[in-house]
Amino acid sequence: MTKPLSIRTVVTVAEATAIDAVAKQAEVLIRSDRVVRGGLSRIKESRSFLLPALHALQSESGWISPGGVRYISELLQVSEAEIYGVATFYDLFRTDRPIESDYLAHVCVDPLCSMTGSEELLTDLKKNGQESERSACLGLCANAPAVFFQGKQCPDYAMADGDLGPSLQTISKGDQLLKRVGRIDPTSLSSYKNSGGYEALSIAIKMGPAAVIDLVTESGLTGRGGAGFPTGAKWAAVAAESTDVKYIVANADESEPGTFKDRVIMESDPFALIEAMTIAGVTVGAKTGWIYIRAEYPLAIQRVTMALAKARHSNLLGHNILDTDYSFDIEVRKGAGAYICGEETALFSSIEGYRGEPRSKPPYPTTSGLFGRPTVVNNPETLINVLEILTGGVTKYKSQGTPKSPGTKLYCVSGDVHEPGLYEAEFGIKINELISLAGGPTSATQAVLLGGAAGSLVEPEHFNLPLSAEATQSHGVSLGSGAVMVLGEQVNILDVIIRVAEFFKNESCGQCVPCRIGTMRQHEQLLQIKQTIDVARPNIELLTDIGNAMSDASICGLGHTASTAVQSAISSGLIWGSND
Amino acid sequence: MFGAGGGTSSYREVEDSEVILLWGSNAREAHPIYFHRVLKALRKGAKLFVIDPRRTASAEFADLWLGLDIGTDIALANAIAREIINANLHDLTFIKRATTGFKKFKESVDWYTLERAELITGIPGDAIKELAHSYANAKTAQILWTLGITEHHNAVENVLSLCNLALLTGHIGRWGSGLVPLRGQNNVQGGGDMGALPDKLPGFQDITDDNARRKFELIYETKINPKPGLHLTLMFEAMHRNELRALYVIGENPAQSEADAKSARKALSQLDTLIVQDIFLTRTAEMADVVFPASVGWAESDGTVTSSERRVQRVRPAVKSISSTKDDLDIIVGLADRLGANWPARRPEQVWDEIRALSPMHAGMSYERLDNGPGLQWPCPTTQHPGTEYLHGWLWEKDLEGHQAAPFSVTVHEGPKEHLNPEYPLRLTTGRVLDSFNTGVQSRNYPSPIRTGQTIDLNAIDAEAIGISDGEIVKVSSKRGSIKMTAKVVENLPTGLVFSTFHFPEIADINLLTNDHWDLKSGTSEFKASAVRIDKFVDEVTI
Repeated sequence: MTKPLSIRTVVTVAEATAIDAVAKQAEVLIRSDRVVRGGLSRIKESRSFLLPALHALQSESGWISPGGVRYISELLQVSEAEIYGVATFYDLFRTDRPIESDYLAHVCVDPLCSMTGSEELLTDLKKNGQESERSACLGLCANAPAVFFQGKQCPDYAMADGDLGPSLQTISKGDQLLKRVGRIDPTSLSSYKNSGGYEALSIAIKMGPAAVIDLVTESGLTGRGGAGFPTGAKWAAVAAESTDVKYIVANADESEPGTFKDRVIMESDPFALIEAMTIAGVTVGAKTGWIYIRAEYPLAIQRVTMALAKARHSNLLGHNILDTDYSFDIEVRKGAGAYICGEETALFSSIEGYRGEPRSKPPYPTTSGLFGRPTVVNNPETLINVLEILTGGVTKYKSQGTPKSPGTKLYCVSGDVHEPGLYEAEFGIKINELISLAGGPTSATQAVLLGGAAGSLVEPEHFNLPLSAEATQSHGVSLGSGAVMVLGEQVNILDVIIRVAEFFKNESCGQCVPCRIGTMRQHEQLLQIKQTIDVARPNIELLTDIGNAMSDASICGLGHTASTAVQSAISSGLIWGSND
Repeated sequence: MFGAGGGTSSYREVEDSEVILLWGSNAREAHPIYFHRVLKALRKGAKLFVIDPRRTASAEFADLWLGLDIGTDIALANAIAREIINANLHDLTFIKRATTGFKKFKESVDWYTLERAELITGIPGDAIKELAHSYANAKTAQILWTLGITEHHNAVENVLSLCNLALLTGHIGRWGSGLVPLRGQNNVQGGGDMGALPDKLPGFQDITDDNARRKFELIYETKINPKPGLHLTLMFEAMHRNELRALYVIGENPAQSEADAKSARKALSQLDTLIVQDIFLTRTAEMADVVFPASVGWAESDGTVTSSERRVQRVRPAVKSISSTKDDLDIIVGLADRLGANWPARRPEQVWDEIRALSPMHAGMSYERLDNGPGLQWPCPTTQHPGTEYLHGWLWEKDLEGHQAAPFSVTVHEGPKEHLNPEYPLRLTTGRVLDSFNTGVQSRNYPSPIRTGQTIDLNAIDAEAIGISDGEIVKVSSKRGSIKMTAKVVENLPTGLVFSTFHFPEIADINLLTNDHWDLKSGTSEFKASAVRIDKFVDEVTI
């Protein structure tokens, strides 16, 4: 018989206290002398506290200590191996060693921040003794270069433009979805109410669920995350389910490089998201909502959490909201650094306390979503459109945009323009109009990366392309999340593409083979091309084969789109002209 | 139960139960394959209550574990019944149509208030109440039990008290609801079905029933003694009195498996003739005058076995038996030949057809049908009958399809026969672990990574009181004897209760200590409750 390894696995008092603060209520086993309460259903219910417990442990100890894991394992009755499996899934959990001092700096090295010198910033930070790591996009692209400071016993904060934390401002211009952004106090409920807040909820309650669904359907609102599914149809499907437990999930795990619209909404107009979710809950018959926010948005988490408390206090959340028969409340879940958790089914797995791996569809979330229940999952931008539809009416709403893409869209313009920021404009606006809106280019534009890492490169001769679902689709590109990264003349496009490939290599969850292997090989191949570009003909066929395998055989959108940008660079001929 | 000796339900029904009471059973270790089905039910959202003095590996899966005092099952069952009746959760329509004796039963359980039950069983009244309400309110519910119910001096009463709960709530005779005793071996059910009981002929036909006997006498062309025979425990008493002089033991190891093994061995040693037929040279076989080496039933023999869900299945030889052994059937037929009987049925199928002719519940199960399917569940009276997935569906039919209504039974809490006293202050109970089987005859020769040998388990408070620590050698004594054992301090036992397996009689012969008080009706000894003391081991003590 071999003896178990004698590593010190005793939880410290401080760790236990930190974990208890977020997860004690989820304790599975309740023991007394002759009766012990437990069971699989309690384990299943409690498991959604795993992610918060890991956050508490990471924050207290600077790592996922073995003693802490054992303690959580006892508390939630989940095996230590499973907990380790979950912890290692996320970038922000350290399982090998603690963060050395108060903070670990995560420096964004995705295209936009790289263009503004983040690699040099990383070197400087390290030279000054600051423990630092390379990071994927932090959603501060208009304020690049960005750093996220992960605290040990200190609050997390984000830094951009050399500024610290809460004072950072992203230029935001718009008169509907963004009408309150920068104009009201985001921490004040009365400020929100004075500028039209909670009118939409009153209207929705007066109209009743069926009429709201009809209205949203009639408006032609589609999801703003990239897939563009009709929101009304989604709501109607969940409303039609007869079970009494349903959920509304706001997918605020905004991680698509170049995208920051949901962050701006949550930081500057958090009540709008809460109101819109409440309307969704009342409409489809859900009593619980979840907002899943990426951990790299500490200010958004803080603002939303505070707004939830205020809304609850004012009877806008909880039992019998506004003295009606409706009850609805919202929980916040913090992500932990995983792009894939923005995929809706991976997000459910993450909330439930499992590795954030996507599930096969069907079943679709509308029938079997979070905890296997019918679920509406929308991103914040989509949700706040409902407020405009209810207060401004369908006619006004449909008078904007194109017939197939009605309404306005939030465009995240970053890169080589004079005023990078968030711009609200009607669907159908042309790329060059958008660039003008953002102050015009700072240098001759080589291309625009449209739709983020999962998007495509568009060359200047196509800058009159109208940005609507139908026009981009017929051009063979996708509007995606609304990221518009403007790449000026000094940018090495091959480097951008290599970074995109590296991003997907890092973010592939590894569950299915085509994506796990394909993203790795794609990155390798591009590095090799860069090394040999002067002496050898690039092996385009191989890259295309890898791309086809990934888009044909992966189970989720990550694999489907991991080669899109690469392929668009090849077909546009942008890469091979770009070597120095 | 209710006139048939078998569990009411098919194995897979438990997957569709909403509430499962696992009572006196550590199925996860003792019936691991069946427990997979329980797990399936739990994953579908079923609620599991485990009633066991120990917090066993099975109890770790329970929504609620209720750690009752040993031998207080009747008090608990009656308190549950009273709570169900008081909360008006019983199924009066079912009771009126399908049962008798409710009024008397109701009066009999009225004494068992939650408060009294708490005093007797040690379980808080609100936990009993929760169990009662869950069980009664479930659409489907099963009670599963094993030897924690039956290895008591009042085993039959224990079982009847569980049957009462099913009758009270109508959790019987329907898919997913029933009463399921789990059996320890692949053919225990078959043994009973074939008449290996002192008072039954094959197919549970009563030996005192003249008509039944006559049917057998006609075919066997001989007279059958109408007097019921002796069950195992009575046999040993008769052996002690020198009345029973010859014993033919097939596949049993009473020299080690009987309670108070010392006394059992004495009885065996004073027999005139002891014949043992076994696949191993067991401790009992070592004492025998004649040993018949048998081939292995499940691997080398042709025939049928019957599982706990009353399913008769064919078995066929997978390997050739070694030349010095013989098939059980061949040994018995050969013996009959030597004794001058000339039995016509000599091959398995012939024997089976003989059973079909005599036992109506097996009549429809031809070898052809058994060969071409997953077996058949009795009763299966005709060759067109599909077999019966669950018993007692008639309880739900108008006029009960001519059956007699099922009677409630009045049961009275009595507690274990052997009382604790200052000399023997600890309660010893025995049980099984995952990787070993009964007295270890079939399992001890195989290595297992999780086998830790035989220990006497007790909790930290008792260990401290005695002044012993984990891993220490101790002396364990009952009024029948003393043995040397290794103490193991565990967390899953309440104070005052100690536990041991009996898989390793060569290490520690725990059945030297166990209590041979037995149930008058079933003949089962009270293995589950002896009074013992534990002392620090001192060298001069002779063991």
